[in-house]
Amino acid sequence: MTEPSAALAELTEISSQIESAVRFGADGKVVAATIPDEPAAQVAASAKALFEQAAQIGDGELTQIEASTADGSLFVVKDGTTTIAASTSAEPTAGLVFYDLKECLRAVAKPPAKPAAKPKPKPKPKPRTPRPKSNGTS
Amino acid sequence: MGRRRLIALGFAVGSLLGIGLYARRGREGRERIDLYFADGSLVSLHSDSPEAAPLLVHAHDALRAAAT
Repeated sequence: MTEPSAALAELTEISSQIESAVRFGADGKVVAATIPDEPAAQVAASAKALFEQAAQIGDGELTQIEASTADGSLFVVKDGTTTIAASTSAEPTAGLVFYDLKECLRAVAKPPAKPAAKPKPKPKPKPRTPRPKSNGTS
Repeated sequence: MGRRRLIALGFAVGSLLGIGLYARRGREGRERIDLYFADGSLVSLHSDSPEAAPLLVHAHDALRAAAT
């Protein structure tokens, strides 16, 4: 499993559009963030409230939100019990941002890759024992 | 001559004011919330819809906190 904070740092590094990102659990507790603790907790609380309120609007299961405002856009993506909220500048490429956020969630959820198994040493060839010469009688 | 200048100045100021108001209105009018559901459906709520207003409040709060 990728370290949560490392995954978020990689996210902001990869995506030039994402300015900040906060990952939080079902209880709204911040798991990792690219911003200091206090604002991260506020972002998580607002994003959680936004998601819960928005989920009541449609009939189906809500998976992601894009809130476009004059100050910038807020993206919220939920995957199971984990949610990630990211802020971008105004008018981002929504598809790319959603893709990057989902990739980040996937990377965090993925089990760690097993270290490559050591190649087994080849069994040493057994020393050949000379066959006893047949004396012609069987 | 002075009167002409005054008219031209008034016209210029009025134009700038109009452009400013139009740009501001355009920015505010662009606010919206897009909700994506697991079945692939999308609900887009514009800022003038009653359902969007409370959601936009949370979005503004989150963006404000993220910017600090």
